[in-house]
Amino acid sequence: MVEAEPVGPHHTPLREQFEALGQQREADTLGMWVFLSTEILFFGGVITSYMIYRSLFAPAFHIGSGHLDLVSGTAMTVILLASSFTMALSVHAAEHGLRRRLMLCLALTLVLGLAFLGLKAHEYYHVYQERLVPGSRFHLEGPHAREVQLFMMHYFIMTGMHALHMIIGAGMLIFLITYAARNTYKNYTVEICGLYWHFVDIVWLFLFPLLYLFELRTR
Amino acid sequence: MSTHPHLHRDDPKDYLHCEYGIRSWLFTTDHKRIAILYLVSITLMFFVGGAFATLVRLELITPQSDLLQPETYNRMFTMHGIVMVWFFLIPSIPAVLGNFLIPMMVGARDLAFPRINLLSWWLFTASGVFVLITIFIGGVDTGWTFYTPFSTFYSNSYAVAAALAIFINGFSTILTGLNFIVTVHTMRAPGMTWLRLPLFVWSNYATAVIMVLATPVLAITLLLVGIERVFRVGIFDPALGGDPILFQHLFWFYSHPAVYIMILPGMGVVSELVTAFSRKRIFGYHFVAFASMAIALFGFLVWGHHLFVSGQSLYAGLVFSLLSYLVAVPSAIKVFNWTATLYKGSVLLATPMLYALAFIGLFTMGGLTGLFVAALGVDVHVHDTYFVVAHFHYIMVGGMVTAYMGGLHFWWPKISGRMYPEGWAKIAAGLIFFGFNLTFFPQFVLGYLGMPRRYATYPPEFQVWNVLSTAGASILAVGYVVPLFYLFWSMRYGKIAPRNPWRASGLEWEEADSPPIKHNFEEVPTVTKEAYHYHEGVRLG
Amino acid sequence: MPRLASPRTFLKVFIALLALTALTTGAAFVPLGPFNDAVALLIAASKATLVVLFFMNVRYSSRLTWAFAVAGFCWLAVLLGLSATDFFTRHWIPSPSAFPWR
Repeated sequence: MVEAEPVGPHHTPLREQFEALGQQREADTLGMWVFLSTEILFFGGVITSYMIYRSLFAPAFHIGSGHLDLVSGTAMTVILLASSFTMALSVHAAEHGLRRRLMLCLALTLVLGLAFLGLKAHEYYHVYQERLVPGSRFHLEGPHAREVQLFMMHYFIMTGMHALHMIIGAGMLIFLITYAARNTYKNYTVEICGLYWHFVDIVWLFLFPLLYLFELRTR
Repeated sequence: MSTHPHLHRDDPKDYLHCEYGIRSWLFTTDHKRIAILYLVSITLMFFVGGAFATLVRLELITPQSDLLQPETYNRMFTMHGIVMVWFFLIPSIPAVLGNFLIPMMVGARDLAFPRINLLSWWLFTASGVFVLITIFIGGVDTGWTFYTPFSTFYSNSYAVAAALAIFINGFSTILTGLNFIVTVHTMRAPGMTWLRLPLFVWSNYATAVIMVLATPVLAITLLLVGIERVFRVGIFDPALGGDPILFQHLFWFYSHPAVYIMILPGMGVVSELVTAFSRKRIFGYHFVAFASMAIALFGFLVWGHHLFVSGQSLYAGLVFSLLSYLVAVPSAIKVFNWTATLYKGSVLLATPMLYALAFIGLFTMGGLTGLFVAALGVDVHVHDTYFVVAHFHYIMVGGMVTAYMGGLHFWWPKISGRMYPEGWAKIAAGLIFFGFNLTFFPQFVLGYLGMPRRYATYPPEFQVWNVLSTAGASILAVGYVVPLFYLFWSMRYGKIAPRNPWRASGLEWEEADSPPIKHNFEEVPTVTKEAYHYHEGVRLG
Repeated sequence: MPRLASPRTFLKVFIALLALTALTTGAAFVPLGPFNDAVALLIAASKATLVVLFFMNVRYSSRLTWAFAVAGFCWLAVLLGLSATDFFTRHWIPSPSAFPWR
């Protein structure tokens, strides 16, 4: 049976379909996890496509990966990990009712998320200038140009979907900060949003080696 | 345990009469009202899809292409497939009966996320509007499978609009599945253990797992197709180094499990009907329950049997063919257990039971012919012929639609508070059974003789079988229209239904009124008995 | 049982994640042949595991949460694995239609 939960100003009120707060919390957390398992397969479809083409066209994907900036890729990874760290601290602060710390951590998370998106946009611009955006403007000398285009296509779709998720996450953070500022935040709204944010981080943890590292630097 | 002071449990009004006005329906969060919204929407879509099927069958009366141009014919069978698969079959039992019954069957006031449930219906409606727009601007001719590179480069029809409709529809499906999973895990009433759950809940839970884990892959795949088509860049295009077979892998990773979305809930309905009208506990409850989970799991391991002649590796074909046979095991367990439940039961042949018995027979035929097409060698002969068309219609129409009709009649007194007219219902059930077999059995023969699917014309020697099939389709159409009339009629003039007209077991019959109050139960029931606690030998009715 | 890890644990995990990031970027410059792939993915998986266990509190959650956290990855493995059976065995029987673009 579900355990009793404390009731306080920052605890989510009981919605009418539930019998107890513990049950409601379990349902909310499980709901987010089920949604995240859906998300894994959403990214999984395009990752499968990428992995298979990468194994079929290894030399071309090597060239494509070489056109991405490893320094900026590593920086984005570090920034995103830092944002996950501050998000974890936000959840902790919300759970213990530390409002000022919560606002600070959420704001830091938002800033780091925006920094990530800024770097991403810069990288897109860089790829655009090199004329590597797939389509009629795409231009590359060499025997593998066709398959490099395939690499760039997957690069844009995977990082684009990821960036879209980041933007949604940033929107969520803005709402959470507003609630915290008005002192109307609820402890596990923060927690559930945190789960989402960490998930988006995890997606990047796989995209980073797949796109920037994966066997290619040593060739 | 805390209770809600703000809930008025002594409110005597049932869910149909507690509020009035269009807003109280379109923005309701009551799972029962949302079920009714789905019922209305999918019934509309069923007749839209049926209209396309009618045109296809009419065209095929003669060997030449005379009623429809071949291009138009291609659009007709494509729209038939898209509308029937995503806008009728997938939401049919889960979103209507599942939505209505799962909270009641587990002993809860509502699903875990009522507002997400409403969002799910709105997404469905939005996707339905998109698909109707697609139809009005000219439709799609790619087949419901959107195979590349035809869909991405060569098709001169509205593939992106249709893909967008299905993309949105996917989110509706995912949210329904998510809601069911969380509800079954966290909202069961005291005493309602997993092994006391009705089998309808088990099979819908298994379905929900498929919905959540397969649908996102369809979403991303259609997104890739859309990007390829709009931006003219290669992802699956061989001219740009892509591999069209990769599209088929991704598509069938969703669409094969989706076939089980379109049969598992039907199996759940039949388990309820067979027990209720045999007055017996189901034979081998554990086996039937776990068979649902096994089907959901194995369903993900077999998709490559759609690619046997597409250029897939022969060795992959061997693996997929072998794995496909696995699915037959849990399916057969279910059929044998339903049959064993009938043995020495006091069988009452009311309309729902007629549908259930029809399901068992038709599903067995559909399932066994599935083994034919899962065999590598045989599939080379029958692939893309009418044999395959007949096979999956026996599962989807003979199985799922039959179960849906059976379930709708069985729970109609609970949903509407009125009895349907038994005589008319039996006539309709008979028409459907006869019409269905006359439509689709000739297609097995046609396919075996070598008539390929998806062509507006065919050699004249196939005409006799095609005329038979079209004749059957017209009977089938009447069989589906008749219930539309008498069910409407019964909402006003039907006999008032008692709480448990079938004397069936289950919380929705024993603890809830017909129709139920807004929060289903006067107070949350405590479960002390196993599911299907029928006393054997007691006659019904 | 605590529901969340302490901020001190979060900091340790964060430092470990940074160390793994340095390791994976460094390892990409060490020629290991096909093992570069394996190392990169293994490190990514361990980083993901750290995030899931501590930042996402799965270490302190019910078995049910564990099950759904793992399910998505298992299903992805099925998608990758069974697709691979096709693409890695297609050339076993030489045929002009296996990879027409080559």
